[in-house]
Amino acid sequence: MSTRALGRRIGAQPFAKGALSSVPARIASVAFLSKVLVSRHFPDVARSMSHSALIDRRTVIDWLGIAPFMIFALLFLILPTLYLVTGAFFNPQGEFTLKNIADLFSPNILSAYWISIRVSFASSLGGAVIGFFLAWAIVMGGLPRPIRSGLLTFSGVASNFAGVPLAFAFIATLGRTGLVTVLLRDMIGFNLYSTGFNLLSFFGLTITYMFFQIPLMVLILTPALDGMKKEWREASEILGASTWQYWRMIALPILWPSLLGTTLLLFANAFGAIATAYALTGSSLNIVPILLYAQIRGDVLHNPNLGYALALGMIVITGLSNVLYIWLRSRAERWQK
Amino acid sequence: MKSTRLLAWLAIAIGAIYFIVPLIGTFEFSLRMRRGEYSFDAYQSVFSDIQFRTTFGFSMLMALFTIIFGMLLVVPTAYWVRLRLPKMRPVVEFITLLPLVIPAIVIVFGYLRLYNSSSFLPLTNSTSGTNMLLVFSYMTLSLPYMYRAVDTAMRMIDVGTLTEAAESLGARWPTILFRCIFPNVMSGVLSGAFITFAIVMGEFTMASLLNRPAFGPYLQLVGANKAYEPSALAIIAFAITWLSMGLLQLVSRFQKTAPVKA
Amino acid sequence: MSFLSLSHIQKSFGTVQVVRDFNMEIEKGEFVSFLGPSGCGKTTVLRMIAGFETPSGGTITVAGKNQAGLKPNQRNIGMVFQAYALFPNMNVADNVAFGLKVAGRPKEEIDARVKEMLGLIKLEHLADRFPYQMSGGQQQRVALARALAPKPQVLLLDEPLSALDAKIRVSLREEIRMIQQQLGITTVFVTHDQEEALSISDRIVVMNAGCADQIGTPAEIYNRPATRFVASFVGTLNLIEAKVLDPAANRVAIGDQGVTLREPLGAVKAGDTVSLALRPEAGSIAEGAKGDTALSGEVVSSNFLGSVIRTRMRVGPSVISFDMFNSPGLVPPAAGETVTLRFVASDLLVIRD
Repeated sequence: MSTRALGRRIGAQPFAKGALSSVPARIASVAFLSKVLVSRHFPDVARSMSHSALIDRRTVIDWLGIAPFMIFALLFLILPTLYLVTGAFFNPQGEFTLKNIADLFSPNILSAYWISIRVSFASSLGGAVIGFFLAWAIVMGGLPRPIRSGLLTFSGVASNFAGVPLAFAFIATLGRTGLVTVLLRDMIGFNLYSTGFNLLSFFGLTITYMFFQIPLMVLILTPALDGMKKEWREASEILGASTWQYWRMIALPILWPSLLGTTLLLFANAFGAIATAYALTGSSLNIVPILLYAQIRGDVLHNPNLGYALALGMIVITGLSNVLYIWLRSRAERWQK
Repeated sequence: MKSTRLLAWLAIAIGAIYFIVPLIGTFEFSLRMRRGEYSFDAYQSVFSDIQFRTTFGFSMLMALFTIIFGMLLVVPTAYWVRLRLPKMRPVVEFITLLPLVIPAIVIVFGYLRLYNSSSFLPLTNSTSGTNMLLVFSYMTLSLPYMYRAVDTAMRMIDVGTLTEAAESLGARWPTILFRCIFPNVMSGVLSGAFITFAIVMGEFTMASLLNRPAFGPYLQLVGANKAYEPSALAIIAFAITWLSMGLLQLVSRFQKTAPVKA
Repeated sequence: MSFLSLSHIQKSFGTVQVVRDFNMEIEKGEFVSFLGPSGCGKTTVLRMIAGFETPSGGTITVAGKNQAGLKPNQRNIGMVFQAYALFPNMNVADNVAFGLKVAGRPKEEIDARVKEMLGLIKLEHLADRFPYQMSGGQQQRVALARALAPKPQVLLLDEPLSALDAKIRVSLREEIRMIQQQLGITTVFVTHDQEEALSISDRIVVMNAGCADQIGTPAEIYNRPATRFVASFVGTLNLIEAKVLDPAANRVAIGDQGVTLREPLGAVKAGDTVSLALRPEAGSIAEGAKGDTALSGEVVSSNFLGSVIRTRMRVGPSVISFDMFNSPGLVPPAAGETVTLRFVASDLLVIRD
């Protein structure tokens, strides 16, 4: 460690020189220009600046280094979002109003939010429970190694297998002429659709979403479970604790930030998803992303600014769950040292 | 211990059924096109569809551009932040995570409002402008993954020391960036590239709302109008995802075994 | 019958036999160390006492009770792990209280016991700290308190000092020994560090390849190593090759110098080669040094090691090292010089394998 630090200190010398000698002329001229301008108007400042001119120039270069990224983020991430967020508080005439926000509470929009929240909640909870069960099985279940790597690889694929093709897969499986539907009918005479089941419903969408929710949970939770030290288990055992006491007093308290945090991430993930639902149900299921899609396509709300408010509502919900996720994650990492 | 293992096998069995049955169902469905017997007719129909080829090609091209421009943006930024602006790290990382917070449909909605024909930057006015906007939107979508992959690779090679070594040998910054840094974070770049590829190939929202003839909207169109081809397409899409993730695993395994202590 | 008895213990993992026919009787209140290189099976024996591993053969009894079939949580044994293994979600007091809590003890009793235990390890002021806020040494002391809180019959220490800095290692091992004597608790300590084992044990078991090579007090282990392995693993040792001159008179030749041993040579005949062992600190080259035996040789090198100077000299086919205490006026012998090393013949051991 000390030799490394030493090397860095020695290396710092030529580095500083080299960086300054390779300053693009344009940047140098900008710095020069600003100095000239400043010296004309504020002679005192200019004097102190020439003192620390070297540092200033370096600072300017430092910031210019991430300028392309910042400009990109501003133009294609932050400004578009801000445009919608602010637009939600104005009417088409450009006057400030809270009416758009209030209009979100109309029955149609409210029910869209409600279904979205329910689908996201159910699929994230289902994904979390089954995903946790699977992650537990591969980490602590004493299964052969190939099962673990196989499941993790598959999870990597399945968590990215979302969108339109996922909808096709479930239509081919659980649709009216899907494999499972047909098999159930022909083999045991059970008509799935007579029970009121419909793939294009809340329940259908939930189990479809779980196809990418479960693997995502497995991927995020496996490292957390790997971080559970074997010695904690053994220490609790030798101190007289039962398996149940171990889980209740040690394992779950350690894991709950990861568990809850990941569930929130799954929630946000499902809440913003549109392609699967759209391919599955067309526009027949009234969930927020589909409503927003229809609004963008044809202004079905007859008020563009209400559309902005709809988007704002989505950002608020996904944003909240992500902020909570990050906060819980940082709590969980405290224990993984 | 025995009951634990039994429970674990049960979990795996449930998971396997849940994940494999839809795939089998899809595959079986895709073979049903010819009445009374299994055939690959649906696949033949898909591959002979001129639209399939053009949209697939278009999305491939978009993915390629996204990867190239994305890397040109992400690698120097990650490098610069690590080396010169460590205090900006939390900010930059926060920005790269934003696309996970803001749903894609919201972002593209913003684009449509901000870059329409009457704006200061009327990108949606022309086809090439819209294509550019599409690439930018894909770059935004893949930002969390790309940045993470590249940043991890940079942490592993200790860019600071590498740069100092190059500097002390008299290299100038383009040389450093393109001859020293890029090759050494190649595994990270490739990881990011594969995941980007997987995302872009199936992406629906952006392309659909920007009205570009990409693979995602094409899939949706086929799904709305045909019976068996969608299943075949789902299998093809799954294969593409599998391929990308397989290559990703391969690269990340290479990343782990590569002698990084240069 | 002794308090903790291990008889004919065997353990195989698949086809690999890690412990073979291990026998050991430990008295109540005794501090016994299992000493050996990694992979010698010492930790496996410990884990079998704890109940984490099931012996493939043999019996373990504690206080006359056969432990077979008992789960770890039914054994009333305390254990300290190498990696501390404190529960990260609990503060110090809760960690120490854990064993009592799961046993369903009343709250007042738990509080009193926790206080007592924290007093024992002198960390009362850190009761509210979380493990990640403490140093390794502090964490390990808490782990010790946690293991002792439920008043276990036996305390098992699995390399508890290996993860610590050298200085803390020494102070903590003294503390462990003090607490152990204070409580009179039967303790098994696993280590690969011979200095640790020698300094705190009542008895040491030197283990090699799944067997106990020698069981004895630290002095016996150090001064009278029973096998070549024990001799080489514990302390520094000269291995000297000697030729038997007269088996009946215990007379051997080292190089061309004759030496009479105290120990019987056993079943050898004249002309055989035997191995002898001599500790570097056993002899002296000083004027008028005591000793009934002398060996002369040419100095190969002298190394300054701080408190001692270690000199190597050639005697016949062997190189013998010996130590001199450093003192300001001392001039170590130079290479090439001829010196005479004097020692007591009984310090020259015959190594039998």
